[in-house]
Amino acid sequence: MLPFSVFIIFVIIFFIFYKALEDSKLYTPDVNIKKEMPVFNTKEFFSGENVKSSNIFKLDKIYLLNIWSSWCVPCRQEHPFLMNLNLDNKVNIIGLNYKDNFKNAKNFLKELGNPYKEIFIDLDGTIAIEWGAYGVPESFLVYNNEIIKKYIGPLNQELVDEIKLLIK
Amino acid sequence: MKFIKFILFFIILFPLSSVYAEDNDKRNKITKNLRCLICQGQSVYDSDSEFANSLKILVDKKLEEGLSEDQIYKYFKTKYGEWILYDPGLNKNTYILWLLPILIFLIGGAIIYKNFIVKK
Repeated sequence: MLPFSVFIIFVIIFFIFYKALEDSKLYTPDVNIKKEMPVFNTKEFFSGENVKSSNIFKLDKIYLLNIWSSWCVPCRQEHPFLMNLNLDNKVNIIGLNYKDNFKNAKNFLKELGNPYKEIFIDLDGTIAIEWGAYGVPESFLVYNNEIIKKYIGPLNQELVDEIKLLIK
Repeated sequence: MKFIKFILFFIILFPLSSVYAEDNDKRNKITKNLRCLICQGQSVYDSDSEFANSLKILVDKKLEEGLSEDQIYKYFKTKYGEWILYDPGLNKNTYILWLLPILIFLIGGAIIYKNFIVKK
């Protein structure tokens, strides 16, 4: 009788390992799931005035929230694409300045241009977490207070074309 | 008089320190149960990355707002998905994990019963 139970155990173990091998172990975040935008309070970048998120994001308009920082190297690569996207004037680009130094951030914009309609400060990084971000740079396409799509990492020409297609 | 002052000092200090410790314990417990998504094999508690540090601050904020432990887990689950929790619930992806120990226990018990108890 023993061989049969051993056989059963082998089948079970085989099944478990097979299932474990089949699944991808790499973590891939969901980028297409529609989620409601978080509600938050922050400060305006230049004036330092307190603002509510409901005053920034209006209904029936398309926004691209871009999390950036002057110390982030990929943000530098991404910046020309944001400038390019801003030329169309179809999408309002909102900047979220992540854990940055005001002077450095200002120099960054002076050097590379300012594609942002408005910029807000996230000094301790908690607003980025509320958006479900992993780091910088990251962009969120927002319409009617809903996150339509999330772009993790720097934007490139391909993604800019995709955004242009999406907002048409 | 000195003695009374001494006693008073402790009476005032003790409840405060225990309140603080309780909060800290809760925060540590929660951050140990959250996975640092950009690190390899580290919890938020163990990690010192930008992501983990911001998460710790947010956990503190949520505790201050009066959210319970489960509510905080739920909050992060809606933001980042099930993967952020180290203690996964029972669903279609984790049923093996939950049922395997019971299964092994039953099969092992059956083998022992058949081979040793019935033989006698």
